[in-house]
Amino acid sequence: MSDPMGFLLWVKGPMFDWALAIFAIGLAVRIVEIFMLGRKLNYAEPRGGEAGPGFRTMITRTVADPGTLARAPFDVVVGLVWHVGFLIALLLFIPHIELINSILGITWPGLPNPVVDAVVAVTIVALVASLIHRVSHSVKKHISTFEDYLVWVVTFLPLITGYLAYHRLINPYPLALGLHIFSVEIFLILLPFTKLTHIFTAFIARWYTGATFGRKGVVS
Amino acid sequence: MTALSLERGLAALRDEIDAPVAAFFSSCVHCGLCAQACPFYVETGDPKYTPILKVEPLRLLWEQELSLWGRLKAMLGIGRKVTDEMLEEWEPLLYDSCTMCGRCSMVCPVGNDIQSMVRKTREGMVASGHAPAGLIEASARAIRTGSPMGLTWKTLEAQIKHVESSSGLEVPVDREGVEYLALLSSMEVINFPEYLEAITRIFHHAGVTWTLSKDYFEATNAGVQIGSKDIAAALVQRIVDVVVRLRVRGVISPECGHAYTAVRWEGPNLIEKPYPFEVLHIIELLDKLRAEGRLKTEGKEIDRLSMHDPCNLARKSGVIDQQRNLMGLVAESFVDLKEHGRFQWCCGAGGGVSSNERADELRMAAFKRKKAQIEEIEPDRMVTMCATCRTQLEEGLEEFNMDIPVVGLTEIIADHLVEKGKPA
Repeated sequence: MSDPMGFLLWVKGPMFDWALAIFAIGLAVRIVEIFMLGRKLNYAEPRGGEAGPGFRTMITRTVADPGTLARAPFDVVVGLVWHVGFLIALLLFIPHIELINSILGITWPGLPNPVVDAVVAVTIVALVASLIHRVSHSVKKHISTFEDYLVWVVTFLPLITGYLAYHRLINPYPLALGLHIFSVEIFLILLPFTKLTHIFTAFIARWYTGATFGRKGVVS
Repeated sequence: MTALSLERGLAALRDEIDAPVAAFFSSCVHCGLCAQACPFYVETGDPKYTPILKVEPLRLLWEQELSLWGRLKAMLGIGRKVTDEMLEEWEPLLYDSCTMCGRCSMVCPVGNDIQSMVRKTREGMVASGHAPAGLIEASARAIRTGSPMGLTWKTLEAQIKHVESSSGLEVPVDREGVEYLALLSSMEVINFPEYLEAITRIFHHAGVTWTLSKDYFEATNAGVQIGSKDIAAALVQRIVDVVVRLRVRGVISPECGHAYTAVRWEGPNLIEKPYPFEVLHIIELLDKLRAEGRLKTEGKEIDRLSMHDPCNLARKSGVIDQQRNLMGLVAESFVDLKEHGRFQWCCGAGGGVSSNERADELRMAAFKRKKAQIEEIEPDRMVTMCATCRTQLEEGLEEFNMDIPVVGLTEIIADHLVEKGKPA
């Protein structure tokens, strides 16, 4: 582990297994914990369905309403840009698809490397802008905690290390790749214990809210 | 406060935490967009009014007691404890600067229903002895006299006599076996007596059989506003008892927003069983009568009218098209505010804020959002269908020297009824 190749083998081997195990078990606990709390029976006569509106809201909340977009254009646009950019880098970069294929045996078409490269550059800029916004906007500054900054760092690291590795800006390459994989492992390990869980639980939250409003005949 | 009352408060909060609450708190990313949806933040610019922060006591309790990771952190002494001092500090945030309008719940990108959590957190506030004096008094009066404003049947009876002499129609009282039991809100009886005459004339016109009840006429529910399930359930039970005694088919909630959500959506859950009757807001019933061709109107208002959707009716109950259908019957020049229906802005007075004198200044500050919306459209008059909203709009518009009268939709409909016997 003292040499770059040893480091790469370690992050690809035992460390990867640990990260994946902590992520999977931690996330499972978080989700089971939520559902175990259950919901009380609702005796009010419904005006509309729950399931359909729930699933609808799971998708529609991704895009802000026009009023919110007008009042907080930075949050809405920059937030959407870096989330989409992060997902493109994660899921449409050909080496990532090949990695997933080697583990899960499923594949899909990717984007040309220069396109993903440009997307990552935009995503990095958007993330930096969102950090500046967090420390300068009165509401964000007021509600931010240590965890918000920690999560920003662990979200930023896979992007920046990936970008540096792709452009061969860290040498030797095994070290660059090793750091990138290591940063992803930190992300996975922290995911169940921080607000990163929203990647999964936001869809549960959206379903409940969509269902609650749907029951009353309101599109949410 | 004693340790005992804090324990009671924490127990009440614990009782409110369910799977949706856990999903909501697990998902908040501190983006702060809920603040942009809140009239109290938007009009004051003070970040302490960020909606998700208002439910911090509930979040802390959930994290420290109902999540494994949070329990570990608590064991290590990480994180703030919910104390009596903390609840005291949060009281104005939960009561003075929140009308439970639910706009934040509609906007949150991760889908958190923050309004529902404010409602839940208030349960803990009441149980721990941290509710505003105005709401405590209103709740006590509601339990004692049946009306949060202490209004008695005698006052209402005088109004009934007045309505009967001016309309020439009978206002039925305690009549058994009719279609509907009409409820009223005390604020309506005091501020807008024209409502009772309007429904008397409309029901006569449409052939709806109905009654008031001497035993219980109040529609509003101070228990829901303050956050006390016990008080709320007791008040709902009074309505159910009257319905059963009079064997009516349904209950009509008056031009009041929270009364409707209280009796329509919370009521059955408060008494823990389904109703054997239906609950309609007066606007829902009027639109039903319109659809059935039972409302014959003539003439239209010709001035420029706009409308304020009560949060409880529109966003929180799905009554959005009905009032617009009715406006179509009687208004020639109706124009909606830019953000309306499920995205409407609160008037600033609901959720018990108007019963809480301490919040008077904030209430007027929050109204500025509505004022800005009205200024964009420049209507001659505003129409609404909630006595609290109407009072707030009237007070607010006067405060800002805007000469825009506010009218109730039910009265406008009554004004345009085709007189019986006269050709349409």
